[in-house]
Amino acid sequence: MMDASDMHQLTLTQIARGLADKAFSAEELTHALLARIERLDPQLNSFITLTPEQALAQARAADARRADGETGALLGAPIAHKDLFCTEGVLTTCGSKILHNFVSPYDATVVEQLASAGAVSLGKLNMDEFAMGSANESSHYGPVKNPWDLTRVPGGSSGGSAAAVAARLIPAATGTDTGGSIRQPAALTGLTGIKPTYGRVSRWGMIAYASSLDQGGPLARTAEDCALMLGAMAGFDPKDSTSVDQPVDDYLATLNKPLTGLRIGLPKEYFGEGLDGAIAEKVLAVVEELKTLGATIKDISLPNMQHAIPAYYVIAPAEASSNLSRFDGVRFGYRCENPADLTDLYKRSRAEGFGDEVKRRIMVGTYALSAGYYDAYYLKAQRIRRLIKSDFVSAFEEVDLILGPTTPNLAWKLGEKNADPVSAYLEDIYTITANLAGIPGLSMPAGFIDGLPVGVQLLAPYFQEGRLLNVAHQYQQVTDWHLRAPAGF
Amino acid sequence: MALERSEVEKIAHLARLGLNEADLPRTTETLNTILGLIDRMQAVDTDGIEPLAHPLETTQRLRADRVTETNRREAYQAVAPAVQDGLYLVPKVIE
Repeated sequence: MMDASDMHQLTLTQIARGLADKAFSAEELTHALLARIERLDPQLNSFITLTPEQALAQARAADARRADGETGALLGAPIAHKDLFCTEGVLTTCGSKILHNFVSPYDATVVEQLASAGAVSLGKLNMDEFAMGSANESSHYGPVKNPWDLTRVPGGSSGGSAAAVAARLIPAATGTDTGGSIRQPAALTGLTGIKPTYGRVSRWGMIAYASSLDQGGPLARTAEDCALMLGAMAGFDPKDSTSVDQPVDDYLATLNKPLTGLRIGLPKEYFGEGLDGAIAEKVLAVVEELKTLGATIKDISLPNMQHAIPAYYVIAPAEASSNLSRFDGVRFGYRCENPADLTDLYKRSRAEGFGDEVKRRIMVGTYALSAGYYDAYYLKAQRIRRLIKSDFVSAFEEVDLILGPTTPNLAWKLGEKNADPVSAYLEDIYTITANLAGIPGLSMPAGFIDGLPVGVQLLAPYFQEGRLLNVAHQYQQVTDWHLRAPAGF
Repeated sequence: MALERSEVEKIAHLARLGLNEADLPRTTETLNTILGLIDRMQAVDTDGIEPLAHPLETTQRLRADRVTETNRREAYQAVAPAVQDGLYLVPKVIE
């Protein structure tokens, strides 16, 4: 039997092997990780809710299924969910006070799919309130710390997912990405994370922020583990009206495809003003490595990239203002004390239940959609959205993949960007175009600067998640950035 | 164009968000900073460009008109702030 004190080092792929070889049981593994979380998470604050009893029951059930002859790479694999995936019988807060008492009466499709594959959920992970943020500082349950430097942010909005996986508390986690919320925290914590094509992963039971942009996906240490997770999470769901009815590729089967002849585009807009020069160097070093693996490089242009941020900050808040109207203190969640009348009940429940950033975005969205402004804001933003999509469509006629930095800067200090929300919005510059266009994107570790992780982003045409995972896996066969662990974890 | 304090109050009312009198100046200022960022859009030439609502441009899928859900009223109302006899309770609306 393997020593319990080493189990946290294992990737999902290694866990699958260990469980199959009976080196340890799912129950032993679950015990070991729960103990580790209780010991180390107080310094990170990555979990909002731990569910030890449910986790041990799921682990024992997985062990029983295996004893009955069932196999499956995720059978008994420990994971945790971002706290915006609804989990039946378990608190689901979305990082907000307004859902501080919301015990979901149903499971999200993603939760159900991972559970039926045998994955063991250890709990619910911290996040920016309603996924609105790039630093995980807008959570009602307190900020999350970056395990590489506890005075810095882990990125957001899937900051709890990123911190927990980077600190080896769990080998993989679910996240969601509306403007970069999987890729950016993956970059800032040295992980691999993938945002699939819009419609690839079901949004049912995933609390909505901006419905035309939101996509669920995994964060893990390796591309191979992301392939394993995404294989279980992806698929058609009739309960999600924008789910795409198309078979899911075998992501594991194509991981070892050689990169010979792969055409990679470098958009000049990704290497311009605003990018930390040291990050640019790391990104170009990845390009050199991929060239030695057989890729060819071409300079390209995505001329409308600069317009993505203003367009995003209309479309996302507009959709949020509509989606978040359901939180009114009537059917679930927080209700204010002693409402004078119905309007007072709505207004005070929402004012007391939502945090500042959420209120700001609701108000921006309400304004953009209000009578007389719809054409100038929402329709204008949707026209720019088409320009951004067209940029990618043209680029993908010449190249197979696009590569650039995931973020313009390294993880910043806690509190550094709180005074000016717009300065944090600008951190999304390289990631939001993929959400607006709906294409898949992946971030993988590309080295360190002053001890802080750097991420490189790969973008692919619709439904080519397999290609992204293939390239990241090949890169990870010849580099070891993804194997480095933060000191103390 | 910058929002006036009275416009911020109107937006908050439309969004059914209570506003703290003391926070109004700061809220107005922050919203104006965000709108300043957004207004950069107006410089983009989008003449003749169709708005894009859905990245894959698919249309709404239809399903057969059949009852597929079971009644789970009790489970759904278990998380409500106030219910009585299967109904959600709110302050009196009609005198």
